[in-house]
Amino acid sequence: MKKLISYIFMDMLKSRIIIAYALFLLMVSLVLFSLDDNPGKSLLSILNIAIIVVPLVSMIFSTIHYYNSYEFLELLLAQPMSRSAILWCEFAALCAALTLAILTGLGIPSLLYFPGTESLWMIVSISLLSLSCAAIALLISIRTRDKARGIGISLLVWFYFSLIFDGLILLILFSFSDYPLEKFTLALIALNPIDLSRVTIMLQLDISALMGYTGALLKSFFGTAYGLAATTFVLILWILVPFSLALKSFRKKDM
Amino acid sequence: MIFRLRFNNSSRIAPGSFFILLDLVFIQFPSIASVITVHPQKENNSIHRALEQSVNGDTIMLSPGIYREGNITIDKGICLMGVPGAILDGEMKYEILSISGQHVVVYGLEFRNSGRSGMNDIAAVRCIDASDIMISHNKILNAHFGIHVSNSRHVRIEQNLVEGIPAEEQNTGNGIHLWKSDTAFIWNNEILGHRDGIYFEFVTSSLIQDNISHDNIRYGLHFMFSHHNTYLCNEFRNNGAGVAVMYSNNVSMEQNLFLHNWGPSAYGLLLKDISDSRISNNSFINNTTGIHFEGTNRIQVFHNIFAGNGWAARVQASCSENIFTKNSFTANTFDVGTNGTMTLNLFKNNYWDKYEGYDIDKNGIGDIPYHPVSLYSMIVENDPNCMILLRSILISFLDKAEKAIPSITPENLSDSAPLMKAPAQ
Amino acid sequence: MISIDALSKKFGRVPAVRSVSLELQQAQLLSLIGPNGSGKTTLIKCILGLVVPTSGTILFRGQNIQKDTHYRSFLGYMPQMGRFPDHMKVRQLFELMRDLRKKNKSETDTEIFESFRISDFENKGLGELSGGMRQKVSAALAFLFHPDLLILDEPTAGLDPISSEILKAKILKEHQNGKLIIITSHILSDIEDITTHVAYMQEGEMLHYSSVQELHNISGENSLSRAISFLMTRHQKN
Repeated sequence: MKKLISYIFMDMLKSRIIIAYALFLLMVSLVLFSLDDNPGKSLLSILNIAIIVVPLVSMIFSTIHYYNSYEFLELLLAQPMSRSAILWCEFAALCAALTLAILTGLGIPSLLYFPGTESLWMIVSISLLSLSCAAIALLISIRTRDKARGIGISLLVWFYFSLIFDGLILLILFSFSDYPLEKFTLALIALNPIDLSRVTIMLQLDISALMGYTGALLKSFFGTAYGLAATTFVLILWILVPFSLALKSFRKKDM
Repeated sequence: MIFRLRFNNSSRIAPGSFFILLDLVFIQFPSIASVITVHPQKENNSIHRALEQSVNGDTIMLSPGIYREGNITIDKGICLMGVPGAILDGEMKYEILSISGQHVVVYGLEFRNSGRSGMNDIAAVRCIDASDIMISHNKILNAHFGIHVSNSRHVRIEQNLVEGIPAEEQNTGNGIHLWKSDTAFIWNNEILGHRDGIYFEFVTSSLIQDNISHDNIRYGLHFMFSHHNTYLCNEFRNNGAGVAVMYSNNVSMEQNLFLHNWGPSAYGLLLKDISDSRISNNSFINNTTGIHFEGTNRIQVFHNIFAGNGWAARVQASCSENIFTKNSFTANTFDVGTNGTMTLNLFKNNYWDKYEGYDIDKNGIGDIPYHPVSLYSMIVENDPNCMILLRSILISFLDKAEKAIPSITPENLSDSAPLMKAPAQ
Repeated sequence: MISIDALSKKFGRVPAVRSVSLELQQAQLLSLIGPNGSGKTTLIKCILGLVVPTSGTILFRGQNIQKDTHYRSFLGYMPQMGRFPDHMKVRQLFELMRDLRKKNKSETDTEIFESFRISDFENKGLGELSGGMRQKVSAALAFLFHPDLLILDEPTAGLDPISSEILKAKILKEHQNGKLIIITSHILSDIEDITTHVAYMQEGEMLHYSSVQELHNISGENSLSRAISFLMTRHQKN
């Protein structure tokens, strides 16, 4: 198992996409940190970019990697290994590669320029988001036989979580602004890993005060460790649930 | 002699003409004054007794030690002063010092543990119906109200440290509290841990300068119905709700620092029903809202710095004829927020770091107007729940789109001549 | 060794294999023949466990293969088109496979590995290999762990004549060692002289299964290809 994970992982590193991705993140964070005297503000700008790039790359990379290693998976499946073990290895390697990219690209510069819990939480939260996107991408690619179609669906899902979902929230909040929607808003946020990770990071930054600007519930939620624990927990669910669905599909899949 | 020496020291900072008057009042007496020294341990030797013996112009000098004498009332023109280490303890029961009358100096004492009550405003030091009072170089610790002044004139409160132990808002008094007074001068005090750091109600013609008011439960400074006052060069930091100026006119606020008043309903400066005032050369840094304007008219806001605030300024539709010029807006989440299609206020020649225009003729003024109200700030104003979308991709796109083709944000609310560089302060 | 009972597989609504039953013993060399889309590859993949049957069972030495993946330790598979991670080196692939099976180099069958001279290019990345070289790697992997059951999907496609002969010799040798070997091939001449049994599939059904001898008797033809064309035409008429 360990050896298989490290083989798949090394294979990913050698594809250079992961390295290019890590370097891109590194470049962006270094530039943003050096542009602004206030590292807290730079962290926010980095968040703005990471929240677009990380889910996109995580999803597309995971999808493409799955399809490209299809025949290799076939070969592995002819070996005395259970299907779940094989998918676990694939996912573990994906997690390792994506997390490594985030650690080098975002982790090193933020801890260098702005050591503290804010940076730490940003890295943790962005990494969790990245893994969640990888799990969703695996689920999509296992359930979709055709490569082009799989990549297309991944892109659509990314687009949905990045933009359309927030648009829907906006629409709902506006249509029902006469009703008390505080709890509902929080519940809605839990349905989108990108929003969740954004909110988790914001909870760590001063800016969270703005989010609790009105409304006792939001204030109590965003002002406490409980809020942080809750968002992180749901974010982890967003990794575990898609992955276990992916496992379930993979066990029954015809190669 | 000691008294006069010290007095000369402090006179170098007296800025207003009425303080010169105050100086003269004190200087009348030294020739006939005597000094009565009190030791806490000696028999038949108490502040009460010294007060009985003293006459106008005398100095009562307290030696180091803890004095537990309940309430002490001064009603004649004497100077009560302490050698460092002289402590008046209220034992959580008494109002420690009550002053009425004229020409009283309280200097160099430490007051601690005043009584507290929900009914009366018990203070460590109270001035009532007094004039020409100086309270200086004292430490007031763990008091309900620190210094409470009512119905008094010419009160000078300087270089004191007033430090409360914050409890709930209703169980904590104000640090320096003035009611129905005029011509007060509050200089160079540090106030923390109280409900309001400095509180003014029905106070006129007074000056608040060089104070630091921080970590108070509610406001660092709170004005109600107080006209013709000035506050200069103060620092208000980390207060629960910042600074509030309400129902007043002709207030001058200059060169103050409003720092990190940060919380769900905190303001750097909250203005409510204020008119004909000026706000200049202040710095509003890292506040949830830099200045909140509500029902304000004819206020000149110029040469201020707004940096790192949630909203630099929120201007409610109830405001008119306010003028914003030569201010610098940088790194604020929202520059200006408003709840209406407000066009009654003027923004001109400000510097906005979000301005993306150009200056072809190189005259330092941008050639296209800047719209400081973003679409998202309108959305949030409409439904605060939308704040949850802060910094999401959707919002960045919406703001960019609105900037390109304005449709919802008030078209007329704009800075027609934005500066290309921040004005020198 | 393998008994397949009423095996059916549908992809969506399209049936790929229809109720196939088959008993195979060791020391058989079965040629699985049929036109494109006849369900040969699906059947093979069912045996490999790559495709989950819609109904029916496959027993390997009496064990249902869906319940236990252990039977794959006795199984060698050479896919039609071997594709591997592009960036992995040939050497690493063999190491990985040995690792997954927990076998030393000394416990493996390196005959094909050596006769195909794979060590000459073992430091190349798998992505750099030509189709033929990849087939060689696939073949070497299939024989590597002394499997009792060998499944070879178009084994000679893409191989040069010499390598093709080497492979055939190896297949024959393993057959003589008592292994069960299943081959699909379009090129009938390749398998003509080594096969012992023939199964003919068409549209998912197994229309014919017999030993080569029986087939010759039925068709009255001596060459395998003619015998097969006899089968095909016979079923087309029906």
